[in-house]
Amino acid sequence: MTNVFEAFSGETPSLSGLLPDPTTDAGWSGDHPKRVGFFTDTSVCIGCKACEVACKEWNLVPDDGTDASDLYRLTGMSYDNTGDLGASTWRHVAFIEDVRPHGTATTGHMPSGLPAITGGAPTRDAATPPPGGGTVDLLALLPDGASGATGGGIVGAHGQQTPDDERDVRWLMASDVCKHCTHAGCLDNCPTGALFRTEFGTVVVQDDICNGCGYCVPSCPYGVIDVRESDGGAHKCTLCYDRLGEGLEPACAKACPTNSIQFGDLDELQAAADARLAELHGRGVEEARLYGRDPDDGVGGDGAFFLLLDEPEVYGLPPDPIVTTRDLPEMWRNAALTAVGLGAAVVAAFWRGRK
Amino acid sequence: MAEAHPVGFQWVMEAKARGATVIHVDPRFTRTSAVADLHVPFRAGADIAFLGGLIHHVLENELDFREYVTTFTNAASLVGEDFLDTEDLAGVFSGYNHETGRYDPISWQMDGAYAAPAAGQRDHWESELREERARFTSDTAGGAGDQAYAPADPERDDTLQHPRCVYQVLKRHYARYTPEAVSQVCGMSVEQFLTVADAITKNSGRERTTAWVYSVGWTHHSVGVQYIRAAAILQTLLGNMGRPGGGILALRGHASIQGSTDVPTLYDLLPGYIPMPNAHLHSDLQSFLDADAAKTGFWGHMDAYLISLLKAWWGDAATADNDFAFDYLPRLTGNHGTYGIVRDQIDRKTFGYFVVGENPAIGHANGKMQRLGLANLEWLVVRDMQMIETATFWRDGPEIETGELRTEDIGTEVFYLPCANHTEKSGTFTNTQRLLQWRREAVHPPGDARSELHFYYHLGRKIREKLAGSTDERDRPLLDLTWDYPTFGVHSEPDPESVLAEINGFDADGNHLSSYTQMKADGSTSGGCWIYTGVYRDGVNQADRRKPGSEQDWVASEWGWAWPANRRTLYNRASADADGRPWSERKAYVWWDEEAGRWTGHDIPDFEAGKPPSYRPPEGATHEDALSGTDAFIMQADGKAWLYAPTGLADGPMPTHYEPVESPVANMLHAEQDNPAREDIVRAWNRLNPSMSDTYPYVFLTYRLTEHHTAGGMSRFLPYLAELQPEFFCEVSPALAQERNLEHLGWATLISARTAIEARVVVTERMKPLRIGDNVVHQIGLPYHWGSNGLSRGDPANDLLGVVMDPNVHIQESKVATCDIQPGRRPRGPALLEFVESYRRKAGVEPGGIT
Repeated sequence: MTNVFEAFSGETPSLSGLLPDPTTDAGWSGDHPKRVGFFTDTSVCIGCKACEVACKEWNLVPDDGTDASDLYRLTGMSYDNTGDLGASTWRHVAFIEDVRPHGTATTGHMPSGLPAITGGAPTRDAATPPPGGGTVDLLALLPDGASGATGGGIVGAHGQQTPDDERDVRWLMASDVCKHCTHAGCLDNCPTGALFRTEFGTVVVQDDICNGCGYCVPSCPYGVIDVRESDGGAHKCTLCYDRLGEGLEPACAKACPTNSIQFGDLDELQAAADARLAELHGRGVEEARLYGRDPDDGVGGDGAFFLLLDEPEVYGLPPDPIVTTRDLPEMWRNAALTAVGLGAAVVAAFWRGRK
Repeated sequence: MAEAHPVGFQWVMEAKARGATVIHVDPRFTRTSAVADLHVPFRAGADIAFLGGLIHHVLENELDFREYVTTFTNAASLVGEDFLDTEDLAGVFSGYNHETGRYDPISWQMDGAYAAPAAGQRDHWESELREERARFTSDTAGGAGDQAYAPADPERDDTLQHPRCVYQVLKRHYARYTPEAVSQVCGMSVEQFLTVADAITKNSGRERTTAWVYSVGWTHHSVGVQYIRAAAILQTLLGNMGRPGGGILALRGHASIQGSTDVPTLYDLLPGYIPMPNAHLHSDLQSFLDADAAKTGFWGHMDAYLISLLKAWWGDAATADNDFAFDYLPRLTGNHGTYGIVRDQIDRKTFGYFVVGENPAIGHANGKMQRLGLANLEWLVVRDMQMIETATFWRDGPEIETGELRTEDIGTEVFYLPCANHTEKSGTFTNTQRLLQWRREAVHPPGDARSELHFYYHLGRKIREKLAGSTDERDRPLLDLTWDYPTFGVHSEPDPESVLAEINGFDADGNHLSSYTQMKADGSTSGGCWIYTGVYRDGVNQADRRKPGSEQDWVASEWGWAWPANRRTLYNRASADADGRPWSERKAYVWWDEEAGRWTGHDIPDFEAGKPPSYRPPEGATHEDALSGTDAFIMQADGKAWLYAPTGLADGPMPTHYEPVESPVANMLHAEQDNPAREDIVRAWNRLNPSMSDTYPYVFLTYRLTEHHTAGGMSRFLPYLAELQPEFFCEVSPALAQERNLEHLGWATLISARTAIEARVVVTERMKPLRIGDNVVHQIGLPYHWGSNGLSRGDPANDLLGVVMDPNVHIQESKVATCDIQPGRRPRGPALLEFVESYRRKAGVEPGGIT
């Protein structure tokens, strides 16, 4: 097992930087399985939350709890009523609802997939009166008294409300999950060894070892792991470690109807994600981007990474996550130097004093 | 579709990934809109204006698939001279009786022909119209007398120029549905409309097909059937029927609703869409068949289908001498649809009620009406997985709170029986594309929970035991039933495969039938649902086939079994041209193999395999022999797709835009405001909001959310689902929130002439006010899942609805109505009644409530 002290000793895993094989780095022998992970393509997410429910069903995670009057409550955050990832929400679907200038709200589809309309019918001169029925005078068809405004409630009580055609609604949905970082701050800071890296390269808490100290909670740069009040233990996504052992895909990926959540060997997922990104860029969806894909980022790349359609902040994700232990070796070195320096100063003081 | 059918929506997403354009036309911006290429918002209840506009666009610009239209439709047929359109009669068709509010369809008939409808109002010609029919048929069919069905081939003009040909009649009918008119009525821009029109016409024809998908947003209207008709006309004009990637796909509300119409729970149908006989008209088998069976096309074999059904039910007791026990069948005496039944409960005409897998106190329109019906029963059986509101209305229903009902006064004896869920019993699901898929029991049902099959089998067994030895004639239908299914296990569960085998049918030697064409009218064959014949072919449960898609071709005909005859696309003869050649390489599906002298292709041809495209029926031919080699629509008496429906519909041969019965605006297209043939229930507990009312100025629409299932019995009681959509809410636009001082997450009270309910307010840009003519129309969204029981509770949205019905299928208009909305919570107790009454007074509505 890895912990800060071992790390500092220099015998075991690196705490930051490029790391092609964190599994071996964690001490597994060379013939361990390939590293697996999730590629969550939010451009095809329909916000059904099947992942949230499948995860809780399979992993026996309790519901998020009720308020003092024993009722579940609306959060008011669009259709998201579980808030964020936590000890009892290991998959969480975020709903981002906003308005944008007309023509700019894209959701991963082809913005130009529809034929351009120049006005009028395509194969007939719009000025030609239609044969047979002739032009219809709508007002002439109205029953008496129906042509004007029909009442105070229709025409706004506070004046005429004009529908704003200049704005488009955008509704982004994204299923978030533990990132299973290459450099996992939670694991590196766990003093009991409850958190460990599995033979699949994933990061898992062992309930029977965790003592609930909560050191892992502030160690996660994404705010994923948390301690559950009811049992005092820290909990998060295991990437369905038990299912992996049986050759099954994780419950969320299994339940996802649109293949927004893809499970597989990480290198293959990365290739699939690169291809999907290129496809979307080819269709003109320029705002598409991968998040957590880069093995060179502040956590050495994620085992669970994403295709997003806007800045990470829009989804509530940190734009530039850095593993909290990145600076630890240097800090210890500095501390050691300081200690050595102080020791030297003390010795010097005594030495001087003896003089 | 993503919202209510997320699992099926995976195929839309897959199509999209392969280049399909997805357009979502919906009053609300939903999870479907979020991933569609285009969302077109419009006013709820204006669908026929929109679809009619598309039909207009196709006809005016001659964008129809002309060769398909002339080959496979009745476009060239001439409509009789007596027909008058809504254009001629200020918004109604000829034949409208202003006294009764009903249509006499005689003037709608084709010139020189009468064709029996393949579905719908097959008894249209009955009752008071019986004599006129006889006169009509004897006039036009050369004195055929009692022969109801004259030759089905009307006069034609294949140039489509004759002013009375269907093509021209249609063109005139939709002439006023211009893009500008659509824009005015629907509240969408002309540009948006033309974008859709252009997309679907460019994506139809030889090389391409377009599919339409709808859910109850189309059927829950006072003109619901005509919505579907409008889509059918459009799809037929564009050549999108009977071809791969085309069609009109109905999404059903539950897992096997298709199955429950095939082997029906509907009051007016027998299995396989055979109509239920009428008490006053069908005294014997022959008079029933004369009235309801076509002479030409495959419905010409209704006698074989019906007699095989009677043999399946009554076995040896059904003989030629007793009309194959035809008299054992119940008879209709009127509208026994769900709302008619509940009205009869309140009127103390119906005393018992089985409620199975349904929660009418929450899920049906006008909850007060539903609960009042429940309170007036002698006994009520509720079979469900949870203690739903329909089982507890006597204790905690809203009428108990208001004092309208008192528990001690309610005499209904409620039997609550726990039931097995779908993972706890074996059987089939029949889904929207008519695909039967067998599922196996995964776990035994807990405790006293039992399957439906168990319940009904043993109920029947016990009733038969009690009646054993009875000499009363009326007990014969029960005592003579074939009721001998093998059972297994400690609970004596009947073997569901034995039921499937019975539905499939047997020949005289006890062999499993392999096709409905083997059914005979002489009583030598049996079969419980003719369209399902073949599902147990060779004694094999064909619905249980699970060959992965990766191991077979793209039609995947070895996954499950589709009725009829395992055909995956109906009327697929239309996927080839008049000569039997595929319309294009890309869309090749079924074609004529000249060398082999038979139809072949990717799917099972929906045509007689050996009938060449060149076949022309000889004089006097009947049944399928009367259909030519190009008559692809084989269930129709004339083999044609009907752009104009001369019969079968209660409210007109062509769809016409009528406003919803409760609408904030006047009908801008026709002088008639709403469907003149609609069905009403005029009672104090069913008052309607006047249209264009200042008192009820806003439109509301009801719908489902992904997180909950219908009336909530399967979701509100489960913590994992309840927490995802924890409270009843209404969705309003920022503009309406400002107009009525509604606060996000605050309370709002919604008021109609029925009642007032309260909901949390969700202010969202996804709801957009629409400009309709000179007015701004605000629409309020109401998910309808909630009630007083469960972990997630709230007022029932359907309590706000009144009941007005489509006259064809008696479905309520529950997807659009009007209301007022005010900030704050609703009054409690008797104060609520006075509050609602004050609104009625203000609106000039008669007093309402339970009286």
